[in-house]
Amino acid sequence: MPDSGGALSEKPSNEAKRRRARWPVFLLLLPVLAVLWIPSYNSVEPQLAGIPFFYWYQLLWIVISAGLTLFAYLTGE
Amino acid sequence: MNWTIVTVFVVLFGTVTILGFAAARWRPGDMDLLHEWGLGGRRFGTIVTWFLLGGDLYTAYTFVAVPALVFGAGAIGFFAVPYTIIVYPFVFMVFPRFWSVAHKHGYMTAADFVRGRYGNRWLALAVAITGLVATMPYIALQLVGLQVVIGAMGVGGQGLWGDLPLIIAFLILAAFTYTSGLRAPAAIAVVKDVLIYATILAVVIVIPSELGGYGKIFAAVAPAKLILAAPTAASLGAYGGYATLALGSALALFLYPHAMTGVLSANSRHVIRRNAAMLPAYSIVLGLLALMGYMALAAGVAKNPLYADGFKQFGSTFAVPALLMASFPDWFTGVAFAAIGIGALVPAAVMSIACANLFTRNIYKEMIRPDCSDADESRMAKIVSLIVKIGALVFIILLPLQYAIQLQLLGGIWIIQTLPAVIFGLYTRWFDPRALLAGWAAGIATGSWMAGTLAFKASVFPLSVFGYTVPGYAALYSLIVNIAVATVMSLILNAAGGERRDETVAADYR
Repeated sequence: MPDSGGALSEKPSNEAKRRRARWPVFLLLLPVLAVLWIPSYNSVEPQLAGIPFFYWYQLLWIVISAGLTLFAYLTGE
Repeated sequence: MNWTIVTVFVVLFGTVTILGFAAARWRPGDMDLLHEWGLGGRRFGTIVTWFLLGGDLYTAYTFVAVPALVFGAGAIGFFAVPYTIIVYPFVFMVFPRFWSVAHKHGYMTAADFVRGRYGNRWLALAVAITGLVATMPYIALQLVGLQVVIGAMGVGGQGLWGDLPLIIAFLILAAFTYTSGLRAPAAIAVVKDVLIYATILAVVIVIPSELGGYGKIFAAVAPAKLILAAPTAASLGAYGGYATLALGSALALFLYPHAMTGVLSANSRHVIRRNAAMLPAYSIVLGLLALMGYMALAAGVAKNPLYADGFKQFGSTFAVPALLMASFPDWFTGVAFAAIGIGALVPAAVMSIACANLFTRNIYKEMIRPDCSDADESRMAKIVSLIVKIGALVFIILLPLQYAIQLQLLGGIWIIQTLPAVIFGLYTRWFDPRALLAGWAAGIATGSWMAGTLAFKASVFPLSVFGYTVPGYAALYSLIVNIAVATVMSLILNAAGGERRDETVAADYR
């Protein structure tokens, strides 16, 4: 299908680009840094239902990371 | 031999066998075309990809080995969890680009991409061979997972007669992979993953209530192993190992051919991005699975005379089967064992298909018979897939388990060396392919040497930096050497007027 004309079609796509935020992807660095910074979670306390912090904190980050990825997906391309 | 467990196991296994053969008619395609056989026609949507990748990445070996590590070594075995936390952001950001350029140019393997991007057949060959060599021991280890549950059921005994169930299972796998290609593991993955989720749900509810709560479970763990040992004045200690194992394993995972095959069989780049958000569901399963190692400690299975033979034969990988038998009625144990057993079939199938794709496209067609027809390509791949599986079976039956584990350890160190060529290549053409090849060689040599100094029993190398020891995953350290060599040589070669062959353009990646 032929392009309807450069000048007419450029403006909407530029606006579309500006509406699509690029920063959400960088949120994905948060879980990576969180789990690599071991001193921040290498402890037994505070426990949750008998589970030491070391374990439930990392399990929680799985969920947070999935949430951030979903957010990046919905706000992305 | 426990008949109830065996019956449930055989029924489920039989169901999956039928499914494997029937899969050839699912979204039918011409199996004489390699991309139909080897990539399912690139037609898998979000849900199928979720089942396939989940079933492919979370293998039978994962299910027995991760808890076994936690059972034996404690907190450091939990590195599998941060590993999966790091993997998916990486996949989200990087792999849609790989999908797009592969789709545009018809690439079926990482080596195809490298060949197109850099125009250098030797770099492509290096990537292909690395992929092949790293994957083959992994297939063998899936058999170990299957072997452990077969042994736990009391089926078979010693010698070749004892291995008969394993041989039968594998021959069935080989047959339906031959006829149905990637569609078979994709279909079976649905059954596997449903069984796994059911098993884990039951495990996290039933077992803690049997043992008196999570508090009691963790109380059974030696305090020194409950969390990581803190750094000392002389060494970073477990912190270094834990962080680098997580990061290094995460960077390596999707470089494995079987993960690439899963990615390339998707029907759009958005399937990849959605799955990066959805696959973490399996990571939660993995985390809970790791805790099963502690449940096994608390349940005292190692001291139970019923399981003494099993532990003698299989070591700590017997912890999970023993725990399941001790905690559940036989019929459910059969379901759980089937989950693990079927859990060996899916990755073994995908891995053998991935190896077949690599060999056929990047060694056979590239180097031996460039003018082969589509039907020849497809037939060669089917045969290679068969040979690779038979090889893995022979390896496991004839050689001590240690060899497979050691080769797998090395495989992880080798596969990460393809990262600069493949991953950096998705973003920039700046690196010279000859420099990348030199970097690859340097990384392989360094990593193998490091593993050698550890007698191939461990992969965390105690690097000494100005008298302070920084233990780190050999794969990560050798990757740094790889990148350094590739960078320095690229600077030199680019200055001398480097080569710029590249059949891709920037828009191909979006």
